[in-house]
Amino acid sequence: MMADTKALYQEVILDHNRKPRNFGPLEQASHRAEGHNPLCGDHLSVALGIEGGAIARIGFEGESCAICKASASMMTVAVKGKALPQARALIQDFLAMTTGKIELDAAHQIGRLAVFSGVRNLPTRVKCAVLPWHTLQAAIDSRPPVSTEGGAEP
Amino acid sequence: MSARQLGLGCATEQDRCAKTFDLERIRADFPILQTLVHGKPLVYLDNAASSQMPQPVIDRLVHYQTTQHANIHRGVHTLSELATVEYEAARRKLQGFLNAAQAREVIFTSGTTESINLVMHGWGRKFIRAGDEIILTTLEHHANIVPWQMLTEETGAKIRVVPMMDTGELCLDSYEKLFNARTRIVGVTHVSNALGSINPVKRMIELAHAHGVPVLVDGAQAVPHMPVDVQDLDCDFYAFSGHKLCGPTGIGVLYGKAALLESMQPFKGGGDMILSVSFEGTVYNTIPHKFEAGTPPIAAAIGLGAAVDYISAIGLAAIARHGHELLQYATALLGGMPGVRLVGTARHKAAVLSFMLDGVHPHDVGTLLDQEGIAVRTGHHCAQPVMTRLKLPATVRASFAFYNSLAEVDALVDGVRAVQKVFA
Repeated sequence: MMADTKALYQEVILDHNRKPRNFGPLEQASHRAEGHNPLCGDHLSVALGIEGGAIARIGFEGESCAICKASASMMTVAVKGKALPQARALIQDFLAMTTGKIELDAAHQIGRLAVFSGVRNLPTRVKCAVLPWHTLQAAIDSRPPVSTEGGAEP
Repeated sequence: MSARQLGLGCATEQDRCAKTFDLERIRADFPILQTLVHGKPLVYLDNAASSQMPQPVIDRLVHYQTTQHANIHRGVHTLSELATVEYEAARRKLQGFLNAAQAREVIFTSGTTESINLVMHGWGRKFIRAGDEIILTTLEHHANIVPWQMLTEETGAKIRVVPMMDTGELCLDSYEKLFNARTRIVGVTHVSNALGSINPVKRMIELAHAHGVPVLVDGAQAVPHMPVDVQDLDCDFYAFSGHKLCGPTGIGVLYGKAALLESMQPFKGGGDMILSVSFEGTVYNTIPHKFEAGTPPIAAAIGLGAAVDYISAIGLAAIARHGHELLQYATALLGGMPGVRLVGTARHKAAVLSFMLDGVHPHDVGTLLDQEGIAVRTGHHCAQPVMTRLKLPATVRASFAFYNSLAEVDALVDGVRAVQKVFA
């Protein structure tokens, strides 16, 4: 059943939705941002511990649909330990992939995140997938000490 | 319009026709129901957002645009005269539909939102002052909240809110206690768009009138489901949209008691709403024209007239019965499923069913149901105070129309089962 969406609602996404990684509050975060999708009520916060120009620690919290939560979970796994320039590049690749601006093979760092490429066929759900990434971008751009303001719109 | 077009079993006798509810024939009148979505037959259960249009209404729009169109209330030429006659005939059809005492009490607007904004600007800005109070309910759509908030920001008036119980029913005791000498108007939805609760508006109007307070009823979700008689309700204003009533978008109605409408300021200025204009001063036209500045959506108004004819021929009593049957059936089936929680269990409900699936966000439910051809609404339904009150971010909402079938309820149930399987 549901051949079209099977590509999106596949096991890896459902697994990250059930057991989100790096989910919960992050002690002593150096950077933080809130993301909100007013249309569907999804909201999440991303907290970072940036040390030596790299994302040493990352955590996210919030309430959202499976696509948003899985995207956030897989994002935290993908960027943890990455230097900021690499993380920024990955954000750009992910956003370009989900909005159909680049083809998969052009996004070198995407790897397992390619499961989200199918979201481009569901225009109303693209925002769900990209919300965590916009929020991560806002968190990186936030200035320490912790700011809970300056949330990013998807 | 032929009986066949109307989906009726007989052509001649209105009474007998109203009792013959031939669902198959009715469905045949709605060409969009033949659509395939993702290769599956469309199961359209988003009627509270917008309903579909039957062929006789589509044909009426084509006929008007093909042979009758000109601007109204202006030219002396034949077409202008014809368009004016048809436009005013549509107004009288709406008058009959609502059982308004006079046709001039029916104002054509762009929809419920504009109707409510018209009352806010025309009545509210004239009669509401700092310290005055406006009573609204938790169940209101944003369209009956935001205009009043804009007015309170401008005037320093206050909004008091009728609370709601977990079932989705309003607390009438609390409602009564909200009245005081500063209460100026009550705004209440006839039927909740998010939960389907039918509010006891007649009693609420009586109570308000006992305090000398007029009542605006948001009827957007009521008129598609039940007969509405504005004289029996004794409401002061009644607002609704055409596109939820098998009519076109861009057209709606504000009913208002003539004396109230006459006391009001015009909402928009322009052509048609004036008797005479000079740079020294302008004399406004009489109602309803005072509130219909500029060229109105003529075709849409005529289309709405045809929609009201179509619905009246089937009969709102029969429509209400069928809606009740759909609701009972869906409530029993979905409510009996493990992992499904119904949201909004008021004793009196229109055919609207909000629900949650354990462990599945409504948006995922909506996307997966769409893959099965099933159109439902997911989200806060432009009623965030309801969601906040129930501590829910969103719900899945199946909202039925008279052309929906029990088989489509079965399809919804199968679809929900399939979603649960994906998330199992």
